[in-house]
Amino acid sequence: MTDIQQGGAGMDFDLSQFYQIFFEEAAENLDQMEQMLLGLDPHAAADEDLNGIFRCAHSIKGGAATFGFSDVAELTHHMESLLDRLRRHELQLVPRMVDVLLESADASRGLLARHQAGGQGEAPSTRELVRSISELAAGGGAAVAAPPVPAPAPAVAPPPAPASVAPAPAPAAAGAAPGERALELHVGPLAQPAAADAIKELFRDIPGLGSIADLTDDRAGMRRFAVRTSSSDDDLLDLLMFHVAREQVAIVPAGASAAAAAPAEPERGAAAEAPVPVEEAYGFFSGAPGMPAAAPAPAAPAPERAAASRPAADAGRGAAAASSSMESTTIRVAVSKVDQLINLVGELVITQAMLAQNSRDLDSGLHQQLLAGLADLDRNTRDLQESVMSIRMIPMSTVFNRFPRMLRDLAAKLGKKVDFVTQGEATELDKSLVEKITDPLTHLVRNSCDHGIEMPAERLAAGKRESGTLSLSASHQGGSIVIEVRDDGKGLSREKILKKARERGMDVSDAMPDSEVWNLILAPGFSTAEVVTDVSGRGVGMDVVKKNITALGGSIEIDSAEGYGMRVAVRLPLTLAIMDGMSLGVGEEVYILPLSSVVESFQINPQEVNTVAQGSQLVKVREEYMPVVSLERIFQVPRPEGSVSSNIMVVVEADGSRVAVLVDELLGQHQVVVKNLESNYRKVPNVSGATILGDGAVALILDTAALVRRARH
Amino acid sequence: MNAATGGAEAAAGAGEYLTFRLGQEEYGIDILKVQEIRGYEPPTRISGAPHFIKGVTNLRGTIVPIVDMRLRLGCEQAQYDSFTVVIVLNLRERVVGIVVDSVSDVLELAPAQMRPAPDVDSSIDAQCIRGLGAVGERMLILLDIERLMAGSDMGLAADA
Repeated sequence: MTDIQQGGAGMDFDLSQFYQIFFEEAAENLDQMEQMLLGLDPHAAADEDLNGIFRCAHSIKGGAATFGFSDVAELTHHMESLLDRLRRHELQLVPRMVDVLLESADASRGLLARHQAGGQGEAPSTRELVRSISELAAGGGAAVAAPPVPAPAPAVAPPPAPASVAPAPAPAAAGAAPGERALELHVGPLAQPAAADAIKELFRDIPGLGSIADLTDDRAGMRRFAVRTSSSDDDLLDLLMFHVAREQVAIVPAGASAAAAAPAEPERGAAAEAPVPVEEAYGFFSGAPGMPAAAPAPAAPAPERAAASRPAADAGRGAAAASSSMESTTIRVAVSKVDQLINLVGELVITQAMLAQNSRDLDSGLHQQLLAGLADLDRNTRDLQESVMSIRMIPMSTVFNRFPRMLRDLAAKLGKKVDFVTQGEATELDKSLVEKITDPLTHLVRNSCDHGIEMPAERLAAGKRESGTLSLSASHQGGSIVIEVRDDGKGLSREKILKKARERGMDVSDAMPDSEVWNLILAPGFSTAEVVTDVSGRGVGMDVVKKNITALGGSIEIDSAEGYGMRVAVRLPLTLAIMDGMSLGVGEEVYILPLSSVVESFQINPQEVNTVAQGSQLVKVREEYMPVVSLERIFQVPRPEGSVSSNIMVVVEADGSRVAVLVDELLGQHQVVVKNLESNYRKVPNVSGATILGDGAVALILDTAALVRRARH
Repeated sequence: MNAATGGAEAAAGAGEYLTFRLGQEEYGIDILKVQEIRGYEPPTRISGAPHFIKGVTNLRGTIVPIVDMRLRLGCEQAQYDSFTVVIVLNLRERVVGIVVDSVSDVLELAPAQMRPAPDVDSSIDAQCIRGLGAVGERMLILLDIERLMAGSDMGLAADA
């Protein structure tokens, strides 16, 4: 604060370094707001929730205004006005408000994304939304609020009016026209009264803020100014905070004496306005001096008002305290730093493996201590690796949380009633997987809602509850995570699928087991939807879902009973960074095959391999001809003179088809840490990555999907 | 910031150079691009790579491609011996190792010691040579290693 005071002439210090923090915080706030909006019960909205939503909007507005994103600030300002009236019970919550607020949250997200991208492209118009909000905000109250004045450019809006600040009419609630107000500004006591001159410069530098003039003040170190402005007290205070501590500023309506500080507008009691957003403000400013740690009790608001709003304020304070205590137990760290840590630990594991290998031949009697130390090292490195890997794990709730909103919109659009149930949100999954699983899961959920769950009338006719249940659950099973999407809708129809498959010329028979029939819907272009809606049903979907999940090393399982519903289970590895691999020897080189794709391996006689056109080879395995993929040929492995050719087949499966990979020897199975080849080199055909073996050498990991594609075409 | 850029431009590449030998020739590369110098270990071969890429190696957990500078610059192939070293370069976002016969020293070249690159026919793109450096009797070929490694014929990932 002192720094700023001294250099205080300009507001032009660089804020852009805080942009990223602001965007992250704003995104979090929007998410939180959305969740709370969805959880609102229109008939009995909890004060705590309304306050929470208000705080979110408020924080975003404040940040946006500080950083000069005036479009975001304006929109959130309107949201805030509406929410403010709601939480003060001046308006009754109606479902339409929730809709508009949700839309506004989306719009804010869009605006923020545009700013984050550097402000390119046309800003989406929010005029329509602003109008709806204003109408809603005006609609319910007896006193019709004048359209609120947008916050002027770099004004931070928020928090607490300290005791010395008497509440003055704010434009949103004031019956008066939202034009300029005449105020008196009392500053001090200051050690250097000249510091207050910076305030005057503020008014000169910020267009539209208003005018300021000196008044005389006899008290030592005190300054008084006459101000005409259209900004709210909060906005002013936040601006002034750059120059003088908040406690040293008092704003009173012109003419009122500072000592009396009588509230001119008790209706807008400080109780409702003041203490709520204290800790919530914006993380990066909350440590700034001049921000009171706890808001002092508001100055004498009208009693009945105070009684009404005190519980709300208390609840708000409680929630704020809870969230601030949560904040202190977590830190925000760049993913790259975590990745670097994981890399280093991976290296440590390799070094440890190397030591273990080299010490194997030591005499255990002579080197007892050394060997004991190495055993400890072994255990510690493993523990360390596990702990470090867990840093990247994030709970599934980050994925699940987006669905209630999506389903709500979707169900409304389709005219269906859907109850959404989630289980196992706390199940943790690697961050990179969480990001990649979101789209496929979204698709599955949409599918269930669109095709699975019937219209309410249809459900009643079938003797079911009017609203369908869609449940999403996640759980750990062994080394994998299983995510289930389950609905109690109409299920899959065996006949319809078989009929459709025949129409498409697929090879099907009536004797196929159910599980195989269900898997048909994963085939490209397959859709049993009778109507193509804009939700789903174009038949591009399930195959893409399957492809994406397979690419993550996962699998899909479908289970259904006609008339009773359907269950899709997605099984995924816990992390992409570590994989079970099978190491293969070809010539003098080592390659790794993902164990998940290995079906079987066996030795063959060269006679069993048939060469067909263009030199491609086939091998007959249990009445099935499979293409042979020779790693030696694909990777042009140099072969020392006189060594025998490969005769071990490893059958691998990818994208539903199988090929036989011809190798020299099977070296073993182990967990491998997957490394990226592209970061320093480039993509290599037929290779999905690389890993480091126990001896420190690099081995390439085979891309089974590419090998299969190559052999099949 | 501006002064530094301007100064560097005026000096046309003057600065500190790490010098290394390839056969009879002596080369210099900008010391700021060098991350470390290591002994040579046989890398893992990658099929389909250009012939001068020996493969990839493990540098403390990072997979790093290894370029044989002799092959890259069209010199005759060298036997790898105990002097053979790998200079690990940090080029923008990428880490690349280059194999050279030996590393000599680090020299500071003043602008007066810089000579423009002669217009001769060579296997490297003339743009990859910043100039020549005269140090006593020695003559250094100063490479723009970043440009050389970013060349499209390198087959490294498309440069950002």
